[in-house]
Parts: sequence; structure tokens; C-alpha cells
Amino acid sequence: MNRNDLGPMAVDRRDFLKFTGGGIAVFVTLKDHDLFKEALEQQRGYPSDFNAYLRIGEDGRVTVLSGKIEMGQGVETSLAQEAAEELRVPLGSIDMVMGDTDVCVWDAGTWGSLTTRVFGPALRRAAAEAHSVLLDLAAERLHVPRARLKAENGVVTVVGGQGRVTYGELAKGQKIQRTVRGKVEPRDVKDFTVMGTSPKRFDRIDKVTGKAKYAGDIRVPGMLRARLLRPPAHGATLKSVDTKAAEAVPGVVVVNQDGLVAVLHEDRDTADRALGMIRANWDTPQSTVDDTNIWSHFLQVAPTGRTAHEAGSLDAGARASTKVFEHTYYDGYVAHAPMEPHTSLAHAEGDHITVWSSTQSPFGDQRRIAGTLRIDESKVRVITPYVGGGFGGKSAGQQALEAARLSWITKKPVQVMWTREEEFFYDTFHAAALMKVRSGIDAAGKVQLWDYNVYMAGTRGSEVLYDVPNVSVVSHSSRDAHFFATGPWRAPGANDNTLARECQMDIMAAAAGMDPLEFRLKNATDPRLRSVLEAVAKLSDWKAGAAPTGRGYGIACGLDAESYVAHVAKVAVDKASGEVKVEGMWCAQEMGIVVNPEGATMQMEGCITQGLGYPLMEHIRFRGGDILDKNFNTYRIPRFSDLPEIHTVLVKNDGLAPKGGGEPAIVCIGAVIANAIFDACGSRVFTMPFTPEEVLAGISKPTGA
Amino acid sequence: MRATIHFRLNGRDTTLETDGNRRLLWVLRSDLGLTGPKFGCGITQCGACTVLVNGNPVRSCQYPASDIEGTEVTTIEGLAKGDELHPLQEEFADRGAFQCGYCTSGMILEAYSLLQRNPHPTRSQIVSGMNRNLCRCGAHKRIVEAIEAAAARL
Ligand code: FES
Ligand code: FES
Repeated sequence: MNRNDLGPMAVDRRDFLKFTGGGIAVFVTLKDHDLFKEALEQQRGYPSDFNAYLRIGEDGRVTVLSGKIEMGQGVETSLAQEAAEELRVPLGSIDMVMGDTDVCVWDAGTWGSLTTRVFGPALRRAAAEAHSVLLDLAAERLHVPRARLKAENGVVTVVGGQGRVTYGELAKGQKIQRTVRGKVEPRDVKDFTVMGTSPKRFDRIDKVTGKAKYAGDIRVPGMLRARLLRPPAHGATLKSVDTKAAEAVPGVVVVNQDGLVAVLHEDRDTADRALGMIRANWDTPQSTVDDTNIWSHFLQVAPTGRTAHEAGSLDAGARASTKVFEHTYYDGYVAHAPMEPHTSLAHAEGDHITVWSSTQSPFGDQRRIAGTLRIDESKVRVITPYVGGGFGGKSAGQQALEAARLSWITKKPVQVMWTREEEFFYDTFHAAALMKVRSGIDAAGKVQLWDYNVYMAGTRGSEVLYDVPNVSVVSHSSRDAHFFATGPWRAPGANDNTLARECQMDIMAAAAGMDPLEFRLKNATDPRLRSVLEAVAKLSDWKAGAAPTGRGYGIACGLDAESYVAHVAKVAVDKASGEVKVEGMWCAQEMGIVVNPEGATMQMEGCITQGLGYPLMEHIRFRGGDILDKNFNTYRIPRFSDLPEIHTVLVKNDGLAPKGGGEPAIVCIGAVIANAIFDACGSRVFTMPFTPEEVLAGISKPTGA
Repeated sequence: MRATIHFRLNGRDTTLETDGNRRLLWVLRSDLGLTGPKFGCGITQCGACTVLVNGNPVRSCQYPASDIEGTEVTTIEGLAKGDELHPLQEEFADRGAFQCGYCTSGMILEAYSLLQRNPHPTRSQIVSGMNRNLCRCGAHKRIVEAIEAAAARL
């Protein structure tokens, strides 16, 4: 069964009582486990009560309940693999229910590549516990000692003897609720039969036939489609509004309450037309800050900063260095631009409300909706159908609040589906950033000094990674520095910190006259880092030589979500125009135990392809709160013609629990392309996206050292 | 301006009473209850809303409903023959040529029409034929491979 077959209202509150009533339900709390300590720090607010993780029904089917959501990353399938592995059931007997606040485990949100790192281990323990309960029941039923029993494919049999019983038979008539105390250990990697394989994705047929349901595909009889009045720029205030003409359109409902001005109609075209009839006057603040001078604005408003990493002393580092390099790297604002715009359908009925939402944080939406409507959270149910891409951008839930308010006011089911222009306007952009580095090497080519200040990107990915004795990493961040919303964007900030570190390493390697791979290995003892560098060198058939060789190969490495990555890029630079074409990308990733190698590979490919955008073509143009790029006609994202050949390899490390895979492979793309450009033509680029002008300027005036 | 529009939708005779100025995308999604054609940009720039009109791919987000009078409209829902998926659908599914899946209906229909015009495209013909369809998840590599595999079977 696909979870979409549950239909909009199939599992209501009463059904859920039944739902956990029969069979065997397994509850987990994370807080008792040391195992989850670190994870919990990253998942603040995890409730300390027990949550139902899975249930074995009287029909033998297993329902896995997860507050995580499926937005393309494939966790619907990989989480089912983890449960199937521990339970010893066929993958096909698992039903996933995800992102439904009425029935699923509370969860802060699907981001930070935490699903596999935090939810996965808890789910495996719940499943291992269920397996143990089933063996107990079978021992009783078959009158044999538990030690003689073996479970496989949802059936318990007696080893070397007679008797068998299915999970369904064992669960029948039971009302067992078990709580995981961490006594039962999950299976060892050498025994895996389902984890570590690449079964076909659960969503594949629905997604190629148009049957897969996203928030915009949910229909409730009588629903209205809403369009909202939007300001011309962030910071603008509404002076006056005249909705008379819109009100005259047959079937149009106009809402004008507490700053919320909207037109609603049963068809979207008419709502669009009615919105165009509203006359509004705005006070719009003017600003001289735009996408070309935002960085000097940052330096003016930036707070003093917070030290993230520190070692030795900068003075000692400077004294030990024979060459010192100072550079500043820049990045602009970048949009998430998921193909599915933010969409929600809210249905208020009596004192409660149901909201189907395109969200990475159903429980966050629930909390905000309850707060806004001033009702108890138990009166708000958020259901998350498939999400059409998120990348961090579907975490704020603004559209869910809008739909909820409109439904609450009109007492009708209301769909809010943002236009692409609204999507660009209200996107929580990847923040623009700048990174200042002062670094030094000694005569032997060892890095002695790393003096780093990052503005607005935060500290993710700012670890030095290499063996540098004298380090200072200081982060200066302030949300007030921006004229519009910013937020997490696939590996937030790590793209910027990795750009600065890996470009700086290349500059130092070139100054030392060393091959950039050799230079990195000389300065790295971390075995995981070395393993991905060596693997990508092998995969790409890396030819040693001090850059620039004229061949157009670059290398970079990084750490994100506890996974290590290294990339090699091959670019062609047109020396007359400065145009850059990425021809090849090689990527090695080490992510501990790999739950689903094919799924992990798809994420790496997705990171690489999407990742071509931020260094080469994507940035939001704006003036103050006025967003100038509002659709794909001017905001260019990677397309088929940008696609290089892509080669990937997963570096085996079964000694480590599974680590994140949705984001790591995007963090190096800026750096690896910059380094490949340098190798191709001797031009160092510092400002993302790298423009042909910057590339050309660097050819005529090398800035390497 | 209400009009009566007669056309064939996924092989079925269909009659529609509506304002002919409305966009085909919203008519298909609201009035006819389909979910395959998606809204992505509204200005013919992304391809998520792609459907076939008389076999040609059109961006339904900007296509006036009145223009489908007398035509044959095919959406992703109409591509399979009963339970039997079209080879493109099979190859997309088996090769993981999607992630979030939001661009997939449009991708498959665009590829379908590409293969109708050119049953054995080279890789660069696939790239230029598909270049106006956007995918934010970065499934491009596998989409190209799925189209090649489907072409080899057709
Ligand atoms: S929605 Fe029609 S092309 Fe984007
Ligand atoms: S698969 Fe998500 S947009 Fe293409």
C-alpha cells in the first residue's frame, strides 16, 4: 500500500486509536540513549515522552510512522529498508506513514541530513525490539525455547525442527505496547540482507504516472483557491486598498482582515483575475543596498563575532610561515527554487483544522498554525503528501499559515498555491556571505596559520579539516543584515566555508609549486579525509602537477553531515569570452554504512547537478527589499545543456553508523570549479557566481599569490 | 465568455463548459480532476505543466482552453495502456530518473514527443530536445539515460 492510498481523511483521530489498538506497537524515546546524545543536540526540542515508531498489524503488515517527509531524497524507501532489516520481513510488507502530525513521531523537521543519522537508529532499535517481542510470542506459541527460533520473511520457524508461525498470526488478538529501553541491539552490518542493497523506490510508479499526490493535488469538495495581495517589496506597508471591483466578480470571496487581503474562487484563473482588480497603495522604503554592494553593507553591520574553532596562536602561526596569503571570497543570495511552489490546503471544520502542506516541518507548521489561530495544537492536524523538492526552503510554513487563516475565516477549504513570483519573493534565500582568510605555509609546504572570518554564512563547514597548528575561526552572523528572509539552503553555509578553505588551499599549493592533491595529503592526517581524496584521485585518474597546468582539472574536499566528500572537476574555459563549461565531475563520498547505495548515488548526482548553479549562474538580484529576479526567465538554474559527465564512488566504511547523504556532495562544487578554472587558465575567481568578466580579468592579472 | 469545448482527453470524448480564456492547466487540474500536469512557473519556462495537444508538447499554463476545441489532449495519465506502462515510464521508474517527481510528468511527455519526431536521438539531440524542461533535484543524468534506454526499446 502506498501512503497516498490513505486518501485525505482515511486515518482520522478515531481510526488512529484503533490503528494503534490491535497488534503490536513499539514505542521509543530517544532521551534514554547515549547513542542519540549528539543527535539530540542537533534536533532540539525532541519530546521526552515515548513515541510509536511502528506497529505490526494482525495482517502481518508493518506500519512505520515517521515525522520525516519524502521530498525526493528517497527516505521513504531507505527507512523501510532499515525497519525490514531488523524485523526480518520482506520490504514489500512495510507501509510508510510520514509527516502526519496525528499519527507520526514528533519531529522538528526534515533537514540537516538527520533522517538517516537520528531517526534511522531509533527506528532500527524499535524494529529490533519488535523482532524480539515476536520471538517471545512465538516461543510461547510453539512451546520451544526462544534460542531455537529463527525469523525470516515475517515467519518464525524452529531451527532443525517442526513448527512455524507468521508475524500476522502472532500479532492477532494482541494488544502489546512495548517500549524500547535499548537492550536489544540492532543487527550487525555483516548480517545485512536488506540494508546495503538498492531496492526500487516505493514512489516510482506513482511518480511516473501522475498519480503521486503533492499538496496541490489534494481535493476537498467545495474548496476555494486563494490569491493573496502582496507588497511590491519587502518592508513596504499598505496605505490603502480597494477591493470593490474584485468583490463584483461572481463567485469571488474577498477577505480583508488584519493585513491579510485575499481573493478566493473555486477556479484559479478567476482568483488570478480578481486579484488583478484590487487597487492598493503602498509605502515602499528606498534603499541603495543591492546585490553589487551587499558585502560592504555586511561589514558595516556585522557583529563582532563568535569564535568557532581555535588552536595555537595566530602570532606563532605568522612567525612559522614563510609565505602568507590574504584573500576574501564572496557569495550572493541564492534561491531554493523547488519545482513545486509552496502549497497548502487547509480545511477548517468546527473547532479543528486539517492542513495538507508542502513542508519540511509538519510539526512546525502545526505549532505555528495553532499559535496563530489561538487553538490547541491537538486541534491542528498537518498532513504531508509528497513534497516536490525542498532543499531547506520549505521550513518556514508561511503558505500553511495563510491557508489556515483563510479557511478559518471563510469556513471553507482553501488552497494556497504560490505563484513562482511569490516563491521567489518569499523564499528564505541562501544568505549572501563573505569570507576573509589569512593563511600561511612554511618552507616545507605545511600550513601553519589559518585566520578566518566568515560573515553571514555561519559556521557549518568551517572546520579547518587539515592539520593546522594555529587557527582562529570567527563567525559574524546577523539576520538583521538582510532585507528579506534568509534560511537554510542545502548544507547551509557549508558551500561558502568550503569555497574559501579549498580555494585558499589551492592558492597555497600553487605558491608552493606543489600538486594540489599532494599538498592536501601532506597537510591531512584524518583518515576519512585522506580516503575520499585518494578515492576521487583514482576515480578521475588524477594527473599530478602544479596548477595551472592548462588542462582544467581542479580538486576540493569537504565534510558535511558527518560525511566526507572529495570532488574533481574538469572545465573548459573560453579564453576569449571567459565562458566556463564544466565537462566532467568526479565525486567520492564516505558516509559510514550505506543504507541504499543507489539512493545515495542519486543524491550525490543531484548535489553535483544542482550544485553547478550557485558557482556558475545563480544569484538573486535585488535593491533593498525589492527582489528583481522572480521567475525562471531571468533566474537561471542548471539545465540539461549544463550537465557534465558525472562519476561517483562510495568509499566503504562499515565501521561507522550511517551518516548524512542529502547535502555533503554539494559543498565542494564552488571550490572545485574555481580550482579547475585556475588550472585551465591561471585565473583565480573569488566571487560566486563566477562571471566570464571575472574569469577574463584573472587571466590578464593573475591574483594567485 | 462561456464556451462549450469538445475534445478528446486521454482517448475519451470530453465536453467542457467553461470560460474559453481560462488556462488549460487549471481546467485540467480543477475541472477535470487530473493531477499529472503540474504548476511550476506559469510563464512557459519550466515544462512542469507540459501536455500533448495532437501529439505536440504544449505548456498548458499559458494555453487557452478554447484552443483545445477538436483536438486530442494527452496527459501523463493517458500514456500507459491500462496497467502497461509506456517504455519511457518504465525506464524513468527503473533508472531513478526522478527524485521529488514534480517535473516528471512534463519530462516524460516532452521525451515522448521527442522520440515521436526522432526515434533514435543522439545524446546531444536529447539534451537540446529536453533543454526547456527544468528539474531542480538534478535528476538530469538519469533522465537522459532513461530516454536513451526507452529509445533503444521502441
Ligand atoms: S508551469 Fe507551465 S511551463 Fe512552467
Ligand atoms: S525530480 Fe524534483 S524537480 Fe525533477
